[in-house]
Amino acid sequence: MIVRILGEGQWDLSDEHVEALNALDSALERTVEAADHDAFTPGLVALLDVVRRQGTRLEDDSLVESDVILPPSDASLEEVRALMTDEGLVPD
Amino acid sequence: MSLMQRIRLIFSAKANKALDRAEDPNETLDYSYQKMLEMQQKVRRGVADVATSRKRLELQMKQLQQGSDKLTNQAQTALAQGREDLAREALTRKSGISSQLVDLQAQHAQLQAEEEKLTLASQRLTAKIEAFRTKKETLKATYNAAQAQTRVTEAFSGISEEMGDVGLAVQRAEDKTAQMQARAGAIDELIASGALEDQLSLGGGGDDIDRELAALSSGSDVEAELARLKAASATGAVTAGEAPKAIDATGPAAVADQADPVVQPAETEEPS
Repeated sequence: MIVRILGEGQWDLSDEHVEALNALDSALERTVEAADHDAFTPGLVALLDVVRRQGTRLEDDSLVESDVILPPSDASLEEVRALMTDEGLVPD
Repeated sequence: MSLMQRIRLIFSAKANKALDRAEDPNETLDYSYQKMLEMQQKVRRGVADVATSRKRLELQMKQLQQGSDKLTNQAQTALAQGREDLAREALTRKSGISSQLVDLQAQHAQLQAEEEKLTLASQRLTAKIEAFRTKKETLKATYNAAQAQTRVTEAFSGISEEMGDVGLAVQRAEDKTAQMQARAGAIDELIASGALEDQLSLGGGGDDIDRELAALSSGSDVEAELARLKAASATGAVTAGEAPKAIDATGPAAVADQADPVVQPAETEEPS
C-alpha cells in the first residue's frame, strides 16, 4: 500500500503492517471527532511513526498515486478536520 | 470511511476536476507540466519569503539581546555603587526583554523548520517534474490519443497529488509566516514607539538608569571634592582666621547643588 505523509513524501507499506495502520487511523479519527486534543498529537505521532519505520520510502521522482494520505506531522486537530472535509485547505 | 482515506479522496477529487477540464490527453500533459513549473516557482518564492521573515527575526533577536546585555551591565554598575534599587529596576526590565527573546527564539525555530520543509518539498517536486517531463514525451511519442488516456491519467494523478501536497505546504508556511510577521511588526512598533527605547537605546547610553548611574558617579565626585575642600578649609581656618571660612561655606553648597542629576546633563555622556 502506498502511503503519503503530507509534507514528507511517500512510503510503500507491506500488507502485514496495514492492520496496525488501520487501527491507529481509527483511533486518530475518534480523537478528531471527539475534539480530544490531548490524545490527538500522540495518536498522530504513533500513526506516522508506523509508516516511517515499517514503510519503504519511495524515490522522489516516483509518479505513483497514493492509496491513503496522512496529515503533516505538525498538523493541529482543527487542520486535520479541515483536511478530511475539504474546507479549502488543499489548493485546487 | 477512515481519516486517511478521506484525505486521499479530497486530493483525488481535485485531480479529477483538473483532468476533466482538458479533452485531449496531450493537452493534459502539457497543461499539467505548465502547472508544475508554476508550482515550482511558487515553492521557491515560499522558501525566499520564509527566509526573509527568519532574517528579520534574527535582527530583532540581536537587538533584544544587546538590550538585555546592556541592562546586565547597568545592574552590575548600580550594585557596585550600592544602588540595589536601581539594579533591581534594570533586572526587572531585563526579564521583560528575556521573555520576549524566548518567544522570538521559538518563532525562529518554527520558521527554520518551515524553511527546511519547503526546501525539501522543492527538491521532491523538481525530481518529479523531471520524471514527468520524460514520461510526457514518451507517452506522446508512443501512444495515440485514445491509448494514451489511461496512462496520462495515471501519471497525472501522481503528479497532481504531489502538487496538492506542495501547495498545502506552501500555504501553511505562508500562514505561519504571516502570523509571525504580525508579531514581529508589533515588536518593531514597540521599539519605534519608544516603549522599549529605554532598554534598547544602545549607543548613547541615554536611558533613565544611565542618567541615574551617571549622576551617582558625578555625585560621588562632588562628595570627594567637597570632602577635600572641607579638609582644606579646616586647615585654612586655623591659619587664616574667619573670612576665608565664610567664602568656603558658600562654595561647597553651590557645588552640591550642581550634583543634582537634572542639572547635570553633560555627565550622561559617560559610558555605562
